[in-house]
Amino acid sequence: MMIEDLQKISDAERAEAQKYEHHVHVCMETACIASRSDQVKQALTEAAERAGKPCRVKGVGCMGLCSAGPLVKVEPDGTMYKGVTPEDADEIVQKLGDSPVSRLECDTNVPFFQRQVKIVLENSGEIDPERIEDYVARDGYLALYTALTTMTPSEVIAQVAKSGLRGRGGAGFSTGLKWTTVAKSPGERKFVICNADEGDPGAFMDRSVLEGDPHAILEGMTIAGYAVGASQGYIYVRAEYPLAVERLKIAIRQAKRLGVLGENICGTTFSFNVDIRLGAGAFVCGEETALIASIEGRMGQPRPRPPYPAEHGLWGYPTLINNVESYANIVPIMRKGADWFSAIGTEKSKGTKVFALTGCIENTGLIEVPMGISLREIVFDIGGGIPDGKKFKAVQTGGPSGGCIPEEHLDMPVDFESLLQIGSFMGSGGMIVMDETSNMVDVAKYFMEFCMTESCGKCVPCRVGTAQMYDLLDKLTKNEATMADLQLLERLCDVVKYTSLCGLGQGAPNPVLSTLRYFRHEYLARIQEANHEAAFLTD
Amino acid sequence: MLRNYKKPAPPSDDKRWRLVEATMRRHGHDPNALIEVLHTVQESFGYLEEEALQFVAASLSVPLSRVYGVATFYHFFNLKPQGEHSCVVCMGTACYIKGSGAIVEAIEQEFGVKPGETTPDNKFSLLSARCLGSCGLAPAAVLDNSVAGKLEPQQVVERIREWTK
Repeated sequence: MMIEDLQKISDAERAEAQKYEHHVHVCMETACIASRSDQVKQALTEAAERAGKPCRVKGVGCMGLCSAGPLVKVEPDGTMYKGVTPEDADEIVQKLGDSPVSRLECDTNVPFFQRQVKIVLENSGEIDPERIEDYVARDGYLALYTALTTMTPSEVIAQVAKSGLRGRGGAGFSTGLKWTTVAKSPGERKFVICNADEGDPGAFMDRSVLEGDPHAILEGMTIAGYAVGASQGYIYVRAEYPLAVERLKIAIRQAKRLGVLGENICGTTFSFNVDIRLGAGAFVCGEETALIASIEGRMGQPRPRPPYPAEHGLWGYPTLINNVESYANIVPIMRKGADWFSAIGTEKSKGTKVFALTGCIENTGLIEVPMGISLREIVFDIGGGIPDGKKFKAVQTGGPSGGCIPEEHLDMPVDFESLLQIGSFMGSGGMIVMDETSNMVDVAKYFMEFCMTESCGKCVPCRVGTAQMYDLLDKLTKNEATMADLQLLERLCDVVKYTSLCGLGQGAPNPVLSTLRYFRHEYLARIQEANHEAAFLTD
Repeated sequence: MLRNYKKPAPPSDDKRWRLVEATMRRHGHDPNALIEVLHTVQESFGYLEEEALQFVAASLSVPLSRVYGVATFYHFFNLKPQGEHSCVVCMGTACYIKGSGAIVEAIEQEFGVKPGETTPDNKFSLLSARCLGSCGLAPAAVLDNSVAGKLEPQQVVERIREWTK
């Protein structure tokens, strides 16, 4: 594999694309396929053949507006169609190059599309994730080639460090620092792991990246392997994402055939392999030491840190663990430079963040925005506000370890520090909007039930504490709680938060704490209700 | 440690065991491959029966207790046979907010099964998932391996009624 070979593939692919006057992109992601986009693609292909138009129909990754699927985009004019059915195929093909089919048209001139900055999702919706040639034609694997042939591992790490990239898994640890630690740790073998165990309910960013642009992850991981001196990588992905697993398998096979993965990559002495490991539905396996235990074929229980996986990880060897989105940022950083990346975002949080915007909101889907944007812009401009004329109540970020943010904090910039300050958490990027009909005590109970059942049972505060807190919340929702119960709940929050072994337990009280902080009156109302009922019974 | 290198024979001459053996061979009968092997067993047989666990334990030289521990730790593995048809209701936050609880309740009332249970005639299993990642289509469910979104309780009940006829 030489640079000329990459160039050749890229040229051939572009020449092939130019043969067609029109390009029809059909979203082929889990959500759109659920709304029959596979049939839409089939119908469009047949319609194009029938009409004899110079048009190429291509299955692509997520285009963002998942709730309006199946989405179809027509290039080069950039028309977007929503809610397309197989029956619409002929009409769409006939109107190619003419005025668009207005009844299906989706206006792209709205903030949802205009306000986004795409780095991680740059190829999503543009390339066919099952064809490596398409990825190469968009300068894919060029960054890997350049890194391997012109840079030393420490130069690669320096560039990542300079970009200011922070881990996108939630905690926001500096990626450059992590890479440096692994590179410096002595070990005869080293490993690179991609954490694709996206367990937060309401989050699907990683699934979209894996389904829409799997090669970006492979390339990012290979660059990481070169930088830290590893020769084996693992992608730990949820078994609940069969399509993502399938596309990764295809991508790995294609990359090996092309010589950008496997032995002697790009004709250098560097070798790197990637294997897929399936998760089995345990939320705690998103925690890095539990994830390592799971790859080793054991129960996914975390262990105390330090030593950190960077020094003592998979089978005791130094191991680099990054999230899917972190790896997806590596290729653009290598290609466009650290300065370009660090110019986006805020002083301490660089670049962009992908969010899965869901819940009671007009535009449900996947968005990528620069760090520092305000929550208000996300919810009301990009998200289009709350449907059915209802009132906004809170937005929940950070999954079961995060918090609910009320209206008064909507103008806060979205970055790692600000979210922590108001009692929430960046998390992996799920953003669930709640309207006035949502009851916050119920929401807290919902998350506590989640943490209680997902607790691995290793440490007492989490195993027992979450169950006790759940019982108290249950009492509250049934209007049976007293003030003493509320005080006990608050004390328990403190104990579990500060004494649990891993992030699951430490974060479990957050939904309760944040709802208590901003919606205490709802808790009090439940207690008052309980008092009324008690008084009524004694009368 | 001296290992018993005699390869254990599969519990029956069912052809599906070959798939399981192929997975173990691919991983060189490495104890680390336990989860991968259990995935193959479940894919082939639909659930993990006791003799399957014993066979895997013996083949990979892993104590049965550890195999059982792993099989029960992870939610994805079923130790009981599943019904002919299945409905996995997503209980992720987005689906919860949009009323997936009502879907489960409707199914519970109509068919008398709770999440994780199968109807007595083995026709239908109700399951719940943490999150299907199809939040854009909330509330969503997997009806016999295909994701369906924006569901109404009645709509799901009707689909299941067709199965259990």
